[in-house]
Amino acid sequence: MALALDILSWAAIITGGAFCIIGAVGMIRLPDVFCRMHGVGIIDTMGIGMIILGLALQTGFNLTLAKLAMILIFVLFTSPTATHALARAARYGGVEPQLDKPAKKETDQSNT
Amino acid sequence: MFATAAAAVLISMLLALIRAVRGPTVYDRILAVNAFGTLTVILIAVHGYLDGRPEFLDLALVYALINFIGTIAVTKYVSLSHLGLPTKDDDGGDI
Repeated sequence: MALALDILSWAAIITGGAFCIIGAVGMIRLPDVFCRMHGVGIIDTMGIGMIILGLALQTGFNLTLAKLAMILIFVLFTSPTATHALARAARYGGVEPQLDKPAKKETDQSNT
Repeated sequence: MFATAAAAVLISMLLALIRAVRGPTVYDRILAVNAFGTLTVILIAVHGYLDGRPEFLDLALVYALINFIGTIAVTKYVSLSHLGLPTKDDDGGDI
């Protein structure tokens, strides 16, 4: 039983760490503020969620588990709020999202 | 196991810090600092387990609260140039 819990915990923690690094690399490489919010979203949902799940599997049913659940719930509530406020402030402050040029091939095909 | 998680979180924090230093606009910097704070929360929690003292989770919880309030405050300050008291030009200051 303890071995199974350890294996599950390892898997969850390694998945969470991989998602954290993937989100951070996306935050470096993506071209725009609004695109980079996607990377932060990966960190805030899958990264935090899987690492906290892995930590929770290492504790029994006690107060520590309740605290971990409170951290997870709080991050899941506040991260979209902060990102929404930031996106709205960026639009208000004049940052234009990078759009693709309208696909000429598709419009030509639809016309013909 | 906990050391692996701490290493991954530290690498992510380094990358977020690079974005915070290099960000073209101020919103990039705010976003990177917000991600840095979230990763700090999880690093504090992992460090509690690494040290065998899960009481550190209280600190992580308080850090999450402070991170959220700080991000909202800095965003509001940058976008409205003040922190409250909506003027006629604002749309109620409802961010």
